[in-house]
Amino acid sequence: MTLPQFTPLAASLFSLLAIGSLLLAFVMLGSRWLRDYMYAFGLQSWLIALLSAAMGHYAQVPELYVIALLTALFRGLLLPYLILRILRRLGVDRELRLKIQPATTLVMGAAAVVLALAVSYRIAGAMGNPSSVVVLALTVMLSMKLIGFLMLAVRHEAISQILGLLILENGIFLGSQVLVPGMPLLIELVILFDLLVAVACFGVLARYLVEHAGTTSSLELRRLVG
Amino acid sequence: MSIVLASIVLIAPLAAVALCAATRSARLAERANLLAALVTAAAAVPLPFLAATPQFAMDGYLLVDSLGAWVVLCAALVYLLASIYAVGYMRLLDEPQRLPLFYTLFAGFAWTTLAAPLVNNAGMYWIAVELTTLVSTFLVGFEHAAESIEAAWKYIVVVSAGLSLALLGTVLFYWAGSAVLGPSYDMTWQALAQAAPRMSHTLVTLAFLLVLVGYGTKAGLAPMHTWLPDAHSEGPAPVSALLSGALLNTALVGIVRLKAIAERAGATVLPGTALVVLGMLSMVVGALFIVRQRGVKRLMAYSSVEHMGVMALGFGFGGSLGVAGALYHMLNHALNKSLMFFGSGVMMRAYGTKDMAAIRRVGSYFPVAGALWLAGAVAITGAPPFGLFLSELAILRAGLTPDYTWAAVIMLVLLVVIFAGFLNHFRIMYYSPAPASEPQARTAGPWSVAAMLLAGAPLLLLGLWWPSALTPVFHAASAALAGGHP
Repeated sequence: MTLPQFTPLAASLFSLLAIGSLLLAFVMLGSRWLRDYMYAFGLQSWLIALLSAAMGHYAQVPELYVIALLTALFRGLLLPYLILRILRRLGVDRELRLKIQPATTLVMGAAAVVLALAVSYRIAGAMGNPSSVVVLALTVMLSMKLIGFLMLAVRHEAISQILGLLILENGIFLGSQVLVPGMPLLIELVILFDLLVAVACFGVLARYLVEHAGTTSSLELRRLVG
Repeated sequence: MSIVLASIVLIAPLAAVALCAATRSARLAERANLLAALVTAAAAVPLPFLAATPQFAMDGYLLVDSLGAWVVLCAALVYLLASIYAVGYMRLLDEPQRLPLFYTLFAGFAWTTLAAPLVNNAGMYWIAVELTTLVSTFLVGFEHAAESIEAAWKYIVVVSAGLSLALLGTVLFYWAGSAVLGPSYDMTWQALAQAAPRMSHTLVTLAFLLVLVGYGTKAGLAPMHTWLPDAHSEGPAPVSALLSGALLNTALVGIVRLKAIAERAGATVLPGTALVVLGMLSMVVGALFIVRQRGVKRLMAYSSVEHMGVMALGFGFGGSLGVAGALYHMLNHALNKSLMFFGSGVMMRAYGTKDMAAIRRVGSYFPVAGALWLAGAVAITGAPPFGLFLSELAILRAGLTPDYTWAAVIMLVLLVVIFAGFLNHFRIMYYSPAPASEPQARTAGPWSVAAMLLAGAPLLLLGLWWPSALTPVFHAASAALAGGHP
C-alpha cells in the first residue's frame, strides 16, 4: 500500500476539513431555505479547496495548489454566483411543500453516515488497514454521496436538485483529494470545467421549465407517465 | 490506416458543428450535417475490420480497437440514417431559423457518441459520456413543449445523478490501481487491465457495481431506465433514433470494458451475474410496459429498454458467442430502432398525435412507409428472417450454460410476451376498422422513406446472412475482453 503517512497535525487538519464538509451537507439537509443551501455549498467548496492545498503541501503534490485555486474560484465563487442568478430569476426562495420534514431528513442522513462508515471499514480492511484519515475520507465521500441522493429524493425545487447533484460531485472531489492525490491534473481540470458547463445547462433548462412548463417543482412535472 | 479513419470520424462532425454554428441558412446547415454524416459513415464502416490489433494515437488517449470501432460503426450508421431522415422531418417543424441550432447540437451529439468509445482513459471516457448528456438534453427539449422540457429536465437530473456514481466508481478504480502502479498514472484501459490481478478485489467489486449502476443509468438498464421513455418519446424523431441507436451503446461499452477489468481482478462471478440480473430486469420492465403501452414513441422507447437488456445478457453470459451475439445485436438494434422511430415520426406527424388509439389503417394510407414500418415491427420482436433473430438466438445459445440456464429460459418467455404484445399494437394500428380521424398528410416524404428503406434493407440482409467478415471482428473483441486488453 503506497498511501502516504501523514504527521498527526496534518491528519487532524484533514479530518477537521472533511468533517466540516460533512456538517455543511447536513446544514443543507436541515434547512428549507434555498439560499442556505447555496451558502453551505459555497463554504463546503472553500473547505475542499483548503483540503486540496493542505494535501498539496503535506503530500508534496504541487499540482494540487492549482486544483485548490481553481476549486475555490469555480466551486467557491463562480458556481454559487450562477446559482444565485438562477435563484433570482426563478423567484423561489424556499421549499414550499416538504413531504418529509427536515428533522426526519436529518435522521435519515445520520443513518446514511452509519452505512457509509460500515462500508468504509470493510473496504479499509480489504486494503490492508490504511490510516484513519483514509477511512474518514472514504466515509465522508460515501456519506455525501448518500446525502446528495437523499436531497434529490426528498426535495422538489429545481434548485435543490441542482444542489443535490453538486453535493454528489463535491463528495467525490473531497474523497479523491485524500485517496488519490496523484490523479492526473488533466482529468481534474476537465471535470471542473464539465461541472461548470453542467450548471450552465441546468440554468438554461430551469428557465425553460418556468417558461414552458410553468413550474420548477418536480412535484408538478407529471405529464409523462407510463 | 485505422488512425486516419478514426480521425476522419472525429473531425467530420466537428466541422459540421462549426459550420452549422456559423451559418444562419437552414439549407446550408442541413447539407453540412448530411455531408459530415456521409463522410463519418464512410470512414467508420471499414474501421472495425482494420482494428484487429489495437492502434493508439494522441499520446495514447485515443484507442481504436475492435470493440470501440464496432460501436463507432453502429453510431455512425445511425447518425447517417438520422441525418437523412432529419432533412425531411425537421422541415415540417416550420421554424427554419432554428434549424442551424438544431444541426449544431445534432452533429455535436453525434460527435460525443462517436468519441466516447474511442477514448482510451477511464476518466476521459466518463467526461465524454457526461458530454453526451449535456448536448442531448437540449435536443430532447428542442421542441419547447411543456412535455419535452419536462423530459429534458428529468433526463439531465436522473442521468447526472447516475453518472456521478460512475465517477465515484472510476475514482475507486483509480485508487485500486494506485496501490499497484503508484500514486500517479494514466488511467488507460490497458494500465487498469495490467494492474488488475494485483488490485484488491473487494474494492474493485464495489467500484464495478458503482460503475455498472452509473453507466447502466445512461445505457437505459432497468431499474435506472426511468428517464429513457420520456426522453425518447419527447425528442424529435431523429434525436430519438440517435439516443436509442447510438447513445445507449456508447454507455454500454464502458460497462463492458470495466467488467473485463473487474473479472481480471478476481471478481469472476459477480460482474457477469450483476449484468445478467440488470438485463433480465430490463426485459421484464420492457415486456410489462410494452403490453400496456398507449404512446407510439413510448412503445419504441420501452422496446429499447428491452433490447439493451438483451445486449446486457449477451455481455453478461460472456464467452465468444455471448459477446459476438451482443455486438451483432447492437448493429441490428441500431438499424431497426432507427427504422421504428422514423416510422413513428412519420405517423405522429401524419395523424397529429402520439396516441396509438388514434392511429388506424396505416397500411392503406401509407403503402410504402407503412409496409417498411410493419416489417420493422416484425423484425424488432426478434422474428425471422431479420437480423435480430440471429443475434438473439446467438445470445440465447450463449446463455445455455449451467450457470445461466435460468436466465436463458426467462429470456425466451419474455421474448414471446414481447412478440405478442408489440405486434398486437401493430395489428390494431394496421387492421382495426373505422378510422376515428383521417391522417392529415397522406405521404411520408421522400427523405423519410429513403431513410426507412436504408435502415430496413440491411436488416433483412443481416438476417439472411451472417457476414463471415464479421467473425474475426467479434472474435478479436471477445478475445481482447477475455485476455485483459480491453
